[in-house]
Amino acid sequence: MRNALLIAQRDLAAYLNGYVGYVIFFLILLGEGLFFNFFALGSGPQYSHEVLEGFFELCFGFTIAAGIFLTMFSITTEFGQRTDVLLTTSPVSDLEIIAGKYIAAMSMVTILTVLSIYMPAMIFVNGKVSLAHIGVGYIGVLGVGSVAVSVGIFGSSLFRSDAMWVSALTSLLAGLIAASIIFGFILLWWVAQKTDPPFTSILEFAALYDQQYQPFMEGRLRSTGLVYYGSLSFVFLTLATRMIGLRRWS
Amino acid sequence: MIEVVNLTRYYGSFTALEGVSFNIDKGEIIGLLGLNGAGKSTTLKILAGLITASDGTVKFDGVDITENPDSVRAQIGFLPEDPPLYRDMTVTAFLSYIGKLKGMSAAEVRKRLPEVVELAQLQGRERQVIGTLSHGFRKRVGIAQAVIHNPSLVILDEPISGLDPKQIVGMRTVIRGLAKGRAVIVSSHILSEISQVADRILVINEGRLAAEGTEAELAAKAGKGDHRVVLTVKGEQAAFTKWLEEKPGVLSTTAHPIKRSGFASATIDVRDDEVRESIVPDALAAGFKVWLVEAPEDELEEIFLGLTKEVA
Repeated sequence: MRNALLIAQRDLAAYLNGYVGYVIFFLILLGEGLFFNFFALGSGPQYSHEVLEGFFELCFGFTIAAGIFLTMFSITTEFGQRTDVLLTTSPVSDLEIIAGKYIAAMSMVTILTVLSIYMPAMIFVNGKVSLAHIGVGYIGVLGVGSVAVSVGIFGSSLFRSDAMWVSALTSLLAGLIAASIIFGFILLWWVAQKTDPPFTSILEFAALYDQQYQPFMEGRLRSTGLVYYGSLSFVFLTLATRMIGLRRWS
Repeated sequence: MIEVVNLTRYYGSFTALEGVSFNIDKGEIIGLLGLNGAGKSTTLKILAGLITASDGTVKFDGVDITENPDSVRAQIGFLPEDPPLYRDMTVTAFLSYIGKLKGMSAAEVRKRLPEVVELAQLQGRERQVIGTLSHGFRKRVGIAQAVIHNPSLVILDEPISGLDPKQIVGMRTVIRGLAKGRAVIVSSHILSEISQVADRILVINEGRLAAEGTEAELAAKAGKGDHRVVLTVKGEQAAFTKWLEEKPGVLSTTAHPIKRSGFASATIDVRDDEVRESIVPDALAAGFKVWLVEAPEDELEEIFLGLTKEVA
């Protein structure tokens, strides 16, 4: 765990000392702010809880985007700068490397989430919503963020190139793969409608948005949702660990 | 201290390394020589724990690298040809991070940092961001990260590549300093560098250990040994060459053009010690004034090429 925290600390410093982290923060917060103003608030009269649900709905997409942007470079850059050698030749396990990357990216997602709090705060001050609704909604946002970060790290672990420019390209490819996987999990809801039982209920349960995220949006805390997001994150982090372990044998 | 037995590595159907065995003792500097694709880098990567061997064992003080990789990795420092550095970090922050990754406590890192900075000759650069350092200083930071945890074995892959002559001299001093209390493996394609820093040389060719020993031992194996000398005399080149060709016991002669007129020079291969001892007195007796007697400069290159059968 000590090594994972060391790696996380270094990666977090790299996000915050460079411009990449701030650019992502700026773009995501700008997008959330604009969408909140134009879509969540809307033009007609709405109940406060509807506005809050709208906010968490847009958070779903923006948090996924942030998670992927933050992690698509995470491992490919280590290969591109050849700093993977430092980790591989140290007494650090592959699991600790992946855990470190995850903690750093999740810290960034958490900071980003906290920075968006002014929007629910405005609803809270000017409308009538409970703090519990806001809290539960944010738990859902962090759950989705965790999945996006895990899938992003997995995408980044699929490629290795010593050349910096190639690693930039593979990072983009990693981002595309991660986005496709996430999109696939969202689309499972649609696929479920085309299948017969028992696959319908299985696919509906496996879909990222519908059954799993909507309760959080509405302020309903469901343990199945937490287990689902945790399990999905665990699966992709395990796959990423396996992928970077393969390099010793290839 | 380090025992490598029957090391073998396949990349798919390609055999990069086959049955390589050698030992390294504490305090030794080992030079690793080999043509591109000979298996040099593969050997270094296996020793550093970067990749695993397909067969064979590597033991550090009796501990197998595959059985206890973390404990062995903590004893190894590795500097690849391109130093792996986080360019956004300062020298001190980077070395602290690596030290902690290698298992040192914060207090141990604080104590060790000044020693490593001095060893790698990085004084005055501690607070500089690595990305702003020159290539030579980055190499030194690379060496510092390889030894921050005081490893038993330091592996340096092409440590002088890209350095200017002044930096090369500095790097030699650093490498010699590293050998105190630990083993060092240096890989380089600049054979004269290997010759200057290594106590023992391993020649790898086509994935196999072609030869092992000191430069003199390798020279003996390659049939060069002590039976070669470069002689410069005051006299005409043609006459000097003719005299050498006619001298009994001289196996071959290679004339060297000398800019200064009235001087002649040649590399001479002789049959045995007796002929070697007689070269200078006989040259004097033949009327040549002996100006300079020296060992051939490119001996290691020739030995290497001979051992790897690349002369032709």
